[in-house]
Amino acid sequence: MKPVAFEYCRPDTMEETMELLAEFGSDASIISGGLSLGAMLNMRLVRPVALIDINHLSELADIEIGDANATTGALVRQATAMNSPGVVSGVPLLAKALPWTGHYQTRSRGTLGGSVAHADPSAEIPLILVTLGGVVKLQSPGAARDVPAREFFHGLLTTDRRADEMITELTWPLRRDNTGYAFEELAQRHGDFAITAVAAEVVVANDGDIIDLSLGLGGVEDRPIVANTSAFLGKPATEETAREIAEMVAETIDPMIDLQANADYRRQLVRVLGARVLSAAFVDATAATEVA
Amino acid sequence: MSGKETIERWVGARYPRKEDAALLTGNARFIDDMEPVAGIRHAAILRSEHPHARIISIDTSKAEALPGVRGIITGADIAQTIAPIPSAVRVPIKFYPIAIDKVRYVGEPVAVVVAENRYIAEDAVELIEPVYEELPATADPETAMAENASLLHDDVGSNIVHHRTFRYGDPETAFERADKIVRLSWRYPRYASTPMETYGLVANFESQPDRYTIWSNFQGPFILHALMTGALGVPGNRLRLITSPHSGGSFGIKQAMFPYMVLLAASSRILGCPVKWIEDRLEHLTASSSAADRADGVEAAFASDGELLGLKFDNIVNVGAFVRAPEPASVYRMHSASNGCYSVRNIAVENRLVVTNTTPIGLNRGYGGPQFYYALERVMDAGAKELSIDPAEIRRRNFIRAEEFPYKAPAGATYDAGDYEAGLEQALELAEYEDLKLAREQARANGKLFGIGMAAGVEPSGSNMAYVTLAQTPEERAKAGGRSGGLGTATVSVDPSGSVTAKTVSTPAGQGHQTVAAQVVADALGMRPDQIDVITEVDTLTSAWSLASGNYANRFSAVVIGAIADAAEKVAKKIKLIAAENLEVAPEDIELVGGNAQVVGVPEKALPVRRVAAQTHWHPAGLPKAMEPGLFETTIMNPEMLDAPDDQDRVGSAVTFGYVFDLAAIEIDRETGEIEIKKYVSVHDVGNVLNEIVVEGQIYGGFAHGLAGALLEEFVYDAGANPQAGTFADYLCITAPEVPELTIGHFNTPSPHNALGAKGMGDGSSMLAPTAIANAAADALGTFDVELPLTLNKNWAAANGLPYQRAGAAKAKVGDGPREALASKGGLNGEGSVELSASPADVWKLLLDPETLAAVVPGCDKLTQVSEDSFTAEVTIGVAGIKGVYNARIDLRDKVEGESVRLIGKASGALGFGQGEGSVVLERIDDNCTRISYNYNANVGGKVATVGQRMLGTVTKLLISQFFRGFDRRLKSGNANDKSSGSIFRRLFARRAR
Repeated sequence: MKPVAFEYCRPDTMEETMELLAEFGSDASIISGGLSLGAMLNMRLVRPVALIDINHLSELADIEIGDANATTGALVRQATAMNSPGVVSGVPLLAKALPWTGHYQTRSRGTLGGSVAHADPSAEIPLILVTLGGVVKLQSPGAARDVPAREFFHGLLTTDRRADEMITELTWPLRRDNTGYAFEELAQRHGDFAITAVAAEVVVANDGDIIDLSLGLGGVEDRPIVANTSAFLGKPATEETAREIAEMVAETIDPMIDLQANADYRRQLVRVLGARVLSAAFVDATAATEVA
Repeated sequence: MSGKETIERWVGARYPRKEDAALLTGNARFIDDMEPVAGIRHAAILRSEHPHARIISIDTSKAEALPGVRGIITGADIAQTIAPIPSAVRVPIKFYPIAIDKVRYVGEPVAVVVAENRYIAEDAVELIEPVYEELPATADPETAMAENASLLHDDVGSNIVHHRTFRYGDPETAFERADKIVRLSWRYPRYASTPMETYGLVANFESQPDRYTIWSNFQGPFILHALMTGALGVPGNRLRLITSPHSGGSFGIKQAMFPYMVLLAASSRILGCPVKWIEDRLEHLTASSSAADRADGVEAAFASDGELLGLKFDNIVNVGAFVRAPEPASVYRMHSASNGCYSVRNIAVENRLVVTNTTPIGLNRGYGGPQFYYALERVMDAGAKELSIDPAEIRRRNFIRAEEFPYKAPAGATYDAGDYEAGLEQALELAEYEDLKLAREQARANGKLFGIGMAAGVEPSGSNMAYVTLAQTPEERAKAGGRSGGLGTATVSVDPSGSVTAKTVSTPAGQGHQTVAAQVVADALGMRPDQIDVITEVDTLTSAWSLASGNYANRFSAVVIGAIADAAEKVAKKIKLIAAENLEVAPEDIELVGGNAQVVGVPEKALPVRRVAAQTHWHPAGLPKAMEPGLFETTIMNPEMLDAPDDQDRVGSAVTFGYVFDLAAIEIDRETGEIEIKKYVSVHDVGNVLNEIVVEGQIYGGFAHGLAGALLEEFVYDAGANPQAGTFADYLCITAPEVPELTIGHFNTPSPHNALGAKGMGDGSSMLAPTAIANAAADALGTFDVELPLTLNKNWAAANGLPYQRAGAAKAKVGDGPREALASKGGLNGEGSVELSASPADVWKLLLDPETLAAVVPGCDKLTQVSEDSFTAEVTIGVAGIKGVYNARIDLRDKVEGESVRLIGKASGALGFGQGEGSVVLERIDDNCTRISYNYNANVGGKVATVGQRMLGTVTKLLISQFFRGFDRRLKSGNANDKSSGSIFRRLFARRAR
């Protein structure tokens, strides 16, 4: 449980970081919280030539609440986001999911950007970003680009990030009118990799019909996915519809199998948690509508 | 309580633990903090990634050439330096702490690298090149017992390395007389109480004279010292064992580090430098130790009124690859108490120990207790159900009655004191049992799965070392000479300044021995516990120790505390004698109170103890006539009831027998399989309570470990004996949030076997919680057929009548009837089908074309056709940064031209290896469309399987999809009729709906 020798680089500026990325490319690993990378290094599952420690890039540690979006620097700690009033009111779905991310201690160190870069299929932060239709900002020595979250995650621990790029910022759409949110997950122990995690954003019209719907699933396939629920737009936002949607979605997924759960059980959790989460989101949206 | 005030009696008080301040402020020193000698070098161990293989060669040249490497030790070096470590089982197995000719389990040491630091040592480990010839392997005891099983130890001629039967009373007649016979059989899972701190040691060899010194966090028993000197070939005084000031948890596990102590001691000798080795978590989870998994069965004969007439136990213990001492003790620890809490006297026991390609087992909290009570207390619940008697009532009817103590159990145990029925009544009252049953009725009426389960047990404490010799027949024992006893030792001394030190060799790992010892000594000397220093570090050259010394079998409050009390009494007596002479009264008139020796009833006539103590050192000539100077008393005591087994295999196996009664009420969520523990009541008889804080901590800890076995923890092996739970992501160690609140009750009957009336305790509910929870689950689900651990997926499947086999798990499931193992391939399984836009003939041609294969096999760098139906390839497989190069071989079998073929593949590389089998069937849809159906079964081993279990299924699927995607592309590029507008693959593998 000792890593192989690597070069340790701790840039103080983005310019230096980009120079290092240009130099090392795919031979580099970027470390922020190190909660996943640390274990992978120690187990020698990854053997980078250089480790680029971005913890001194203070410009990546800010949360900004704009008009339509919140932006979080890649280095924002999970605990910071969870306790940020702007996130709690503006991106409630993220605030609801963060208590499920790891443990109290790990959230103090773990970052939003790190979780997105690592792309664990069960991770909550990528799931929320995908559910909300957020954006991942990437910076390479030559250029910056924005990738919609729904195109960013390619598969197990694999993303659209190129070797010479790093994630600098995540963009989260802010809460809109008539919108409701809910999140739930199940694991053997709290803080474990979720066997299945379900997140929902719903927009419900004043007459109680569903205007928009985004149902995200984590831990089910090799990346966070958003179910195709377009057939249910215009349907009443009721418990019954919630059950119907979950039932339909459960039949369309192709779940992973591991020591904790088989495909049937994951499908079942999509059914049960999906119905619960959608119902809760409908209620949340209705409450938001009444306030408005 | 501040701890500073003076009270009449410290024993029994809720005195806060003396140990905690150092632990909580980071001032406690553990083994990794110790640098006891200069020039220490660091070891890393190359371990087998194969469950079973012959070692052909080990090339260490590249590793030795690495700068900073001091040397590399292999099995050949060790075999020349030491003798095999002796075993309690007389079979021709040579147990070395490192593989010599074969590896027999994943994680078995193959080479030791010693280097300047651990980093270099681990770099060098990667450069060692062992060559293996793989052998068939199994982790399953019933498979290993089969006629044609692959043998682990050829000289034994069988994988059954121990087989004995026992008979007490007249079990045959009891079963003939029975109105109802209940049979159960099951698998008990393998798990361990993973301590926070892993094994650690520094070993140093010195010459002139030859002497090994080992600093470690070893927990004993020190009978293993004799085994170690046997292996190292030195007299006892040339192996000096020193323990660290603190140990970060053990729960029995740190008993099994003794082979590593021998291995590193020998390495120090060979390389001529002190060597430090700190086990890491990967090593710990694959290769340290665990409790046994078992394939047990039980039969119980009942009369129609619920009287338990007879019991038959059939125990099959998966002992791992070797019978490591003190095994087979785990199956004998409960043996002399085979009747549990009941007055049944007709008992038959059959014990078989089976070696498999798994890590050797050893001590773990409850040692043999959880497995034993799983048999007895599940069959009591089943009997109650079958006879329509309340499970509490059936136990009540069979309990040994309060007036029968001390009770001589049929297999030899003497139960010292107890009132089992009173304990049960207390538990029922605390649980509000009648209301609970109503709540169950109500819940069931609402369609809920609500269950109540209970379990009762005796808790043997302070082991008789001789119980292990039940592994031998009475004739063998007679030949070997008597064995008995369980010595407790302690020293209490007062230095010239009057300060008191108590010394035990109890090697605590967090249990609070220092606190309780200080309370006992304070009472004897009329002082406060904070004035008593308690030293628990052992040094075999300077401590008063014996074979039984150490920290196991709840022996502290059963035995050790008696020795401490006795030594303190001797010191007190001497102080009183001196004070009496000084104060010119009779010694009986002196009492020790508040730091003074004073005349009873005349407190102003007093001498400070400090002054008396000083006199024994400063002015020995002034002492009463014939008195030895100094105040230094050592007690070595052997509990008299611990004799050797008799010729009918009866043995008094322990000093005290506590009692635990657990009751659980649970609800299983039919939709998700979640178990909610509605209520858990645990009533304990620990004799006189020495310190309630310590006792409660132990009760909670034991409960947590029992619950872990019931719900979460399992060392899963696949069908090829590859461990699947090598990290805490897959081995789900219980943590505080998973432990619900306990309702604790005490019902205490003082033990006559102990000066303080205390009984041993600590195993507690670790022995009963698995059974109480299983009984509750069985009650909720309406079946006796439940299997631990009760994981979410398993519960959901059971609640809905669905079959479930844990992915990656190899354990064949055993039914209720005759032992019939259902065949199970285990490992990764999958199937699927794709439609390709070409004719079957074209698909077939392309499928077997080496050039195509080279192009479409994911990550294929090089592919060579060895013969018509054999290929070798070099492939790079990986996700994210986790990449490895693998050498693969693919053989085609059972080719049916244009229709089907079977593929057998094998690959190995730095991150692991795998083998698999798949079949492919082509089906003609039309001239331009062929459906390929495939299925596969693969077993993956090595690091990637041990630490990356979660990812394997997904990676396999990914590789298959990549293969067919590439194949489709290839097919299309060579097929003019390609309907490229809508490739099935593009649809199949396109991102799902956004």
